Parts: sequence; C-alpha cells; structure tokens
Amino acid sequence: MASGTGTRARTAGDDIWKTRVEKINAELFTMTYGSLVAQLVKDYEDYSEVNKQLEKMGYNIGVRLIEDFLAKTNVGKCADFKETAETISKVGFKMFLGFSPAVANWSADGKEFSLLLEENPLAEFVELPEDAAAELSYSNILCGVLRGALEMVLMQVECSFVSDVLRGDDTTELRVKLVKFLEEEVPMGDD
Amino acid sequence: MTIYSVFIINKAGGLIYNKEFAEGLAKLSTNEYLVLAGTFHGVHAITSRISPVPNSTGIEMLQADTFKLHCFQTATGTKFLLAADPNHQNVDAALRRVYEVYADYVMKNPFYTPEMPIRAELFDMGLQRLIKQLNSV
Repeated sequence: MASGTGTRARTAGDDIWKTRVEKINAELFTMTYGSLVAQLVKDYEDYSEVNKQLEKMGYNIGVRLIEDFLAKTNVGKCADFKETAETISKVGFKMFLGFSPAVANWSADGKEFSLLLEENPLAEFVELPEDAAAELSYSNILCGVLRGALEMVLMQVECSFVSDVLRGDDTTELRVKLVKFLEEEVPMGDD
Repeated sequence: MTIYSVFIINKAGGLIYNKEFAEGLAKLSTNEYLVLAGTFHGVHAITSRISPVPNSTGIEMLQADTFKLHCFQTATGTKFLLAADPNHQNVDAALRRVYEVYADYVMKNPFYTPEMPIRAELFDMGLQRLIKQLNSV
C-alpha cells in the first residue's frame, strides 16, 4: 500500500515537472541564493542570526508556495503523515527543485522523518569558509519553506538540518518533526 | 453559459475579493458584500458539522432558479465562490483555474500580505481574461 501511493506520487511529480513548470537557468538560481546568503552574512555578522533569517524568509516563501503547489497538483488531503512525507518528497521537491530526496529514518511513533538530499541545487559549487562551516546552515531556507507550507495545511512542524555535506558530513539530511496538528480556528459569533 | 461573479473568502471568513462579470446584476453595497461573505463562511462551517456523514466538507453547491453558486475550499482554508447561470456545466473546472490565477498573481506577489483584501491589478486582469475566455466558450 505504501508503494502504491509512492509510485502515484512519483508519476504525478514527474508529470508536473515536465509539463507545467517553467524552468530557469540553474546557475542563475544557485548564484542568486549564494549572493543572498553572502549578503546576509555580511549584514548580520552572526551565523546563528543568519540561520534564523533564512528560516524566516523560507517561512514567507512556504506560506505562498503551498497555494501554488495545491493549485497545480490538485492533490487531496493526505491520509496520514507518511503520505505527507511522500508527497513532499516526490511531488513537492520534484516540482520546485527538480529532484526527489529519499524519505528515511522514520521515528518509532511515525512523527519524525528525514529527507536525504543527494543533490542540493542551492549549494552547488559552494564551499563554506572554516568559521562558517561550524555554525552556518546554508540551506536553512528549505527548513522555513517546509514549516510555512505545512502550517498552512494545519500541521505544525520543526525542521532542521542534522547533517550537511557543506559542513563536512557525508550526507545532507533534513529532519522534519511533526509537533501537532493545528485546529482550524472557528470564529465565535461576533454580533 | 455565463459566469456572473467571483468571491474569495479568507480563513477567518472575511471577504478579500469580489468582482462581477456580467451586466445587469443587482448592485449591493460594500457592507452587504462583507455580510454575505461572512454569512456564507458561517453556513459553510455549519454544514460540515451537521452532515450525517462524518468528515464531510462544507457546502459545495447552492442552486436557485436564476443562478447557482459553487464553493471550492482549498486545503489552506481559503474559499472561492463562483456564481454562474444554472445551466453552466463546468463550474468546478472554472474554480480550479481561478485558484491557479490566484496562486500566480496574488500569492506570488511578495508585497501581498496573506489574508488581506486583494488589491492586485495583475490579478484583476488575469481573472478578467480567464472569465472572458470561459464565458465565450
């Protein structure tokens, strides 16, 4: 059953990537992001602050991106968090970044999973200076995007990078943790 | 097969956009439009709760002699209402295309604050084009 939804999601993602997505030059994208991070580093001079800003920017992108995602893909509500993970990887990432990270390392209660990014278009050609490698989470914008997008569909999550090839690790792993499902606010009668 | 008007309601039930696309429709004041949107939002919430079938969505279509009103609620809680003539066949497909135009010209505008009234010329134009295209079919 899990493989059924997986393959359906994958073909949907591939389809949309091929036909309904406008493409731009990858180098332009990488350089734009790189110059953004470099400018933030220069402005804030504090890597943890830069991480925070990247996450905030990502959040802003995520709350808007989700509407584009829903409008183009027409996916219905996911049955459970596992389906959410598959959809994020095979449709979401595929649509917006052109590749599909592997979903792995599920926690026992099914509330946490990891995305293993074999390639990262944001960080192509990037090498971090020594002091940055310790603290800077270069692709932190992705954490914000996931948090923002999932919050709009009523899931509160925490995302962070547990390892990053830019910081000298072997793999780039993004951990997503479901905090809780959000209730839709039903406004009380106001007149 | 004509589309009469489009309404967009945010998560809290506030009207963030409304536009007429046909001549000769009854004119309502701004306040009346706001009340209309709020009322519909309330009715939508009620219908999803009183449904005999568990886990039901809210009201999707309302039909009268002279028009029918379709509602599409996105997974993010925004509602798109389309009022069309009673014989219109493809209102749901039309609603999806309106959603696409919204995702493009409203959400992708970095200066638009989500949940606020929509004041985007590009959105007006895009929607105008879409409705003209749909009405001429």
